[in-house]
Amino acid sequence: MKTIKAKLRAYWTLIKSLQTGLLLITGLAAYMSARCPVTTWETLLAVTATLFLAISGSTVLNMVYDRDIDAKMKRACMRPLPSGKVSVREALLLGFLLSIAGVGGALLMSSLYGAIVFAGLFFDVIVYTVWLKRRTPYSIIIGGLAGGMPALAGRALAVGAVDPLGILLALGVLLWIPTHIMTFNLKYADDYARAGVPTFPSAYGINGTRIIITLSSVGAAIAVTLAAIGIGMSWGYLRLLVVLSGGLLALAAASMWRPSERMNHGLFKYASVYMLGSMLLLAAEAF
Amino acid sequence: MKKMSGLDRIFLLITGLLAAYQIVVGVKSADALAALAYTVAFGVLLVAGLLLIIFGFEVLASPIVVVVAAIIPVWLALGLVAQYFSVLGTTALVLAIVGLLAVAVTRFGARGKLATMVLAVVHGIAGIIIFGLPIVLSLRGIAPPGFAMIGVGGALIGLGGLLLSFLKAGKPILSEETILTVLPGLLLLMTAAFVAGFAAL
Repeated sequence: MKTIKAKLRAYWTLIKSLQTGLLLITGLAAYMSARCPVTTWETLLAVTATLFLAISGSTVLNMVYDRDIDAKMKRACMRPLPSGKVSVREALLLGFLLSIAGVGGALLMSSLYGAIVFAGLFFDVIVYTVWLKRRTPYSIIIGGLAGGMPALAGRALAVGAVDPLGILLALGVLLWIPTHIMTFNLKYADDYARAGVPTFPSAYGINGTRIIITLSSVGAAIAVTLAAIGIGMSWGYLRLLVVLSGGLLALAAASMWRPSERMNHGLFKYASVYMLGSMLLLAAEAF
Repeated sequence: MKKMSGLDRIFLLITGLLAAYQIVVGVKSADALAALAYTVAFGVLLVAGLLLIIFGFEVLASPIVVVVAAIIPVWLALGLVAQYFSVLGTTALVLAIVGLLAVAVTRFGARGKLATMVLAVVHGIAGIIIFGLPIVLSLRGIAPPGFAMIGVGGALIGLGGLLLSFLKAGKPILSEETILTVLPGLLLLMTAAFVAGFAAL
């Protein structure tokens, strides 16, 4: 029993539950943003399951491929694969099973939805992790593109097409991802250097990276707010979204004005709260 | 500086949620200026609560906190004036902006006695409006009795502002430890009183 518990805990770590949960919420919010009559509990449950499985699957496969660089990073060396809690074969099997179940389920629901979910997985695992992550700091754009796919997929399933609002929502996530990842790159710069992973701070310096973080925060706030207006978010929720966006912009500006590691970490955390909050507001409109 | 406890975080989270609720539901019969003023006041309260949770009490060491802390009572007072004395709305808006600019300029420029005086005047006027106006309006039957709860919130924000201002000025009324212990609860009670007051409309 203890072994099973330990194994499940290791699997839970492998799927990066917080990151997976946040991306899942973007997909659900985008799906629910289309409102009734498409939002039903049955489909909502199916969207939750398929996105969770596909995102978890791609995360596990990334972990398998990146186990060598994880072993060189202080922050990641205790993850289940480099620490030997889970074998490569086992993780690979888990990753494939989750991915196949997620993409397969999505394809059964709708070919368009399935195709976008598959595209997200392909961009994340093959293009971002295998091909670009160790070659160029610009891989973050592809990583962002993959991160925006759950939102695009959710919206496409609800409206039956890839519409401008779905693209705006995906763009919001894409632009939010540099804020999220680059603040991490700044905090753990030594780790990334040790592992030989090119990042914006190593290529363009700390100040250049801070400017990009600020600009991407501005872009994410604009994209999400425009999407909310396009969706027809009610005035009260919109006011709250503008307030949360204002907080993000103020913090991004403060991190340039008074840069520090602490400010950086605060921005990282607020950006996550912002994405969660804005997506919950989009979802709340469905009720 | 005092470490933030789990209970502190819960209090601040509920404060943020109450502020968010107030922003979403708005204030009944508020015109555009009043609605904007209330949104700014509760918006700053919400974001400040989140930043306190994220950064801990250490964030209070920043000199910008004094300016941000002044925005909440000043814009709340502006909202009340704009809602109930709409002819004075524009004048109140100008005074609010001038007051906040004066707080910011003296805080980052002159400092010393002038900065404390400006802060005391701006906080004082805003505090009197938030505390007195809702009570007077309720007593005169212009607003429902429950609206007087905003006055209670005004008293609490005044108390909190006073404690923080004297602490920041280096002449604390209570010890820093005590102030930081009561601050999250005080913010929660204050926000709850404001929300209850506006719900009475």
